[in-house]
Amino acid sequence: MKIALITDLHANREAVEAVLGHAASRGAIRHAFLGDFVGYGADPGWVVDRVREFVSQGAAAVLGNHDQAVVQGPLPSMIPEARQVVEWTRAQLSGSQLDFLASLPMTAGGGDRLYVHANAYAPGEWGYVTGRMEAVRSLQATNARFTFCGHMHEPRLYHLTGTGKSGDFVPMAGTPIPLSMQRRWLVIPGSAGQPRDGNPAACYALFETDSATLTFHRVPYDVAAASAKIRSAGLPPRLADRLHHGE
Amino acid sequence: MASEAPAAPPTRPPLEPGQVVDGYRLEERTHQGGMANLWRVVRAGADAPAEPLVMKVPRIKGGEDPASIVGFEVEQMILPALSGPHVPRFVAKGDFTGQPYIVMERIAGDSLKARFDVAPIPLDEVVTIGWKVATALHDLHRQHVIHLDVKPSNVMLRETGEAVLVDFGLSRHDRLPDLLEEEFELPMGTGPYMSPEQVQFVRNDPRSDLYALGVMLYHLATGARPFGAPTSVRGLRRRLWQDPAPPRALRAEIPPWLQEVILRCLEVQPARRHQSAAQLAFELQNPDQVVLTARADRTASSSRLAQLRRWFDAIGAEPASTGGATTQTARSPILLAALDVGGADPGLLEAVRDTVQRLLQTEPGARLACLAVMKTNLIGADDLLEADGSSRHVNLLVQLKHWAHPLMKALDLTGDQQSGRVTFHVLEASDAAGAIVDYARKNRVDHIVLGARSSGSLRRYLGSVSSQVAAESDCTVTVVRT
Repeated sequence: MKIALITDLHANREAVEAVLGHAASRGAIRHAFLGDFVGYGADPGWVVDRVREFVSQGAAAVLGNHDQAVVQGPLPSMIPEARQVVEWTRAQLSGSQLDFLASLPMTAGGGDRLYVHANAYAPGEWGYVTGRMEAVRSLQATNARFTFCGHMHEPRLYHLTGTGKSGDFVPMAGTPIPLSMQRRWLVIPGSAGQPRDGNPAACYALFETDSATLTFHRVPYDVAAASAKIRSAGLPPRLADRLHHGE
Repeated sequence: MASEAPAAPPTRPPLEPGQVVDGYRLEERTHQGGMANLWRVVRAGADAPAEPLVMKVPRIKGGEDPASIVGFEVEQMILPALSGPHVPRFVAKGDFTGQPYIVMERIAGDSLKARFDVAPIPLDEVVTIGWKVATALHDLHRQHVIHLDVKPSNVMLRETGEAVLVDFGLSRHDRLPDLLEEEFELPMGTGPYMSPEQVQFVRNDPRSDLYALGVMLYHLATGARPFGAPTSVRGLRRRLWQDPAPPRALRAEIPPWLQEVILRCLEVQPARRHQSAAQLAFELQNPDQVVLTARADRTASSSRLAQLRRWFDAIGAEPASTGGATTQTARSPILLAALDVGGADPGLLEAVRDTVQRLLQTEPGARLACLAVMKTNLIGADDLLEADGSSRHVNLLVQLKHWAHPLMKALDLTGDQQSGRVTFHVLEASDAAGAIVDYARKNRVDHIVLGARSSGSLRRYLGSVSSQVAAESDCTVTVVRT
């Protein structure tokens, strides 16, 4: 069974459409959405509806920090730009859309898989897995063989052996990676709606459960359209510009 | 939430002949090694194909043995990603949650080890083994994998002649995670064959495999290993500053060109070795094109003073990193310029030269082979030409060199260091295009450049050489027009 792992969609309809189309063409029959469906982009309502539709058909979805912020409303500690985006996004969403976000769990999964937005050791504190140290901490906090998380926007793959040896890897898009049963793995597919590794193409990953084979993908999408919508919505122009450069 | 450590594999009863594992019947244990055993197996079941297969089963030495487990994990990851005649075909695998194994094609034939037991061996056989193994390594490197444990027992020869590389337990695939990166505190490899950069923990340079092949060629040619068989890290590090006795000092009949090739493989700096396995294979197949340097003349190891200087250099020196198998191999291509120097329009020859020059400028690691075909008639009635053959041959060589001269000058390729990058070849054939295609295939050429049309006799008699070459070649072909 092929599962599409999609995270940090950030209200970017063009990117999400491209990713969903690519995943369908590659035979994905299940989906897991790893949080941050809103924030930054101009299509929060469309993205939330799409995720909700998949969830009603059995997809997994977990809460991200941007989703939580939009549900709770802006906090005094937020910088003005973030406050503006949160307020604007809240205004775009209907009561039922906000209710859907509010209902999202911190973690999901089951069996040998764990889905969580930030990390497995303190999912609600939104700490970043910026390197091996946090990755090992997260892997040690769960029994799941495969942890899939978002929050970090750059694709990465971490692994840990039974003897405590860890490794990290910057994946090459399109190369299938067999995930050995001899170790446990933490997979960061990278952001679909706001890639930040210098490549503007949307990130996601496909996991084939039978052979435990993971493939990271990059999907080009209509950046110009997504960017133009951000500008015409009156959101900070910086958010429109960075999509062009993937940073 | 303490994690459950992934299995220290449970102790299993030993495997017995006749036993069936995941549908494969064990027939006979054919090899017992330090890390793994090999079993001859067949698919169980009445109508199963009787394909010769081998099952590799890791030896788990008491509880937990990271070395053999991780090596096996690496091989299970890499072997299925490989294909072609130079690796055993992957069939199936079983992970450590059950009986761990890899089932693969059984190669009919022997490993090279037997030839090493009787080394020194005839030099033409040394050369043949050398280019076969270099060809296999090039194929592996093009599939993004560096072997990192090239040694006699890890090379088999098929009955059809091709070299087959086996045992990928220490290998590195540059598009997959390196599971061994963190695993060992000692250098990984086999003592006598390990490259200096492997001694320094570099695992991403395909030229490490050329070093190991150099050790093998040295051993086959002289009967001795260039650095013995050290077992300590200190012993391993000695190769960072000591150079081996020149092969010709041990066996006088070794030609200077072969000493040049072997000692180049054994250079401490990867940048001073051949830049790809294909370039090494090319030299082994074209001895007359090997440019002799001081390496060829060496009659003794360097002085103590020189070694002392190198010892100082080696302290704290960090090996330069490369982009891995793919990048290094891709930046060291072999270009072939096929030239109708006798017949083509001068303007066209110039245009071909401009194109070649641009390609060489963008690929500093590239080699250029300049080729002319001397047409022979199918019916051997042309006695006058036959008698005149050798002078025609020389004449074509002279013209090829004349054609290349402006290019070599512009790119500063005329010096000793650089001159080996350009070589000249005259083939005799009745079918020019066929000869060019064959030559390119045999020498693992990456890119053929030739002119679109020729006003000479070739075009009139044979139609368009360029279109036939473009249609039939395995590699990239650039057809230059004016």
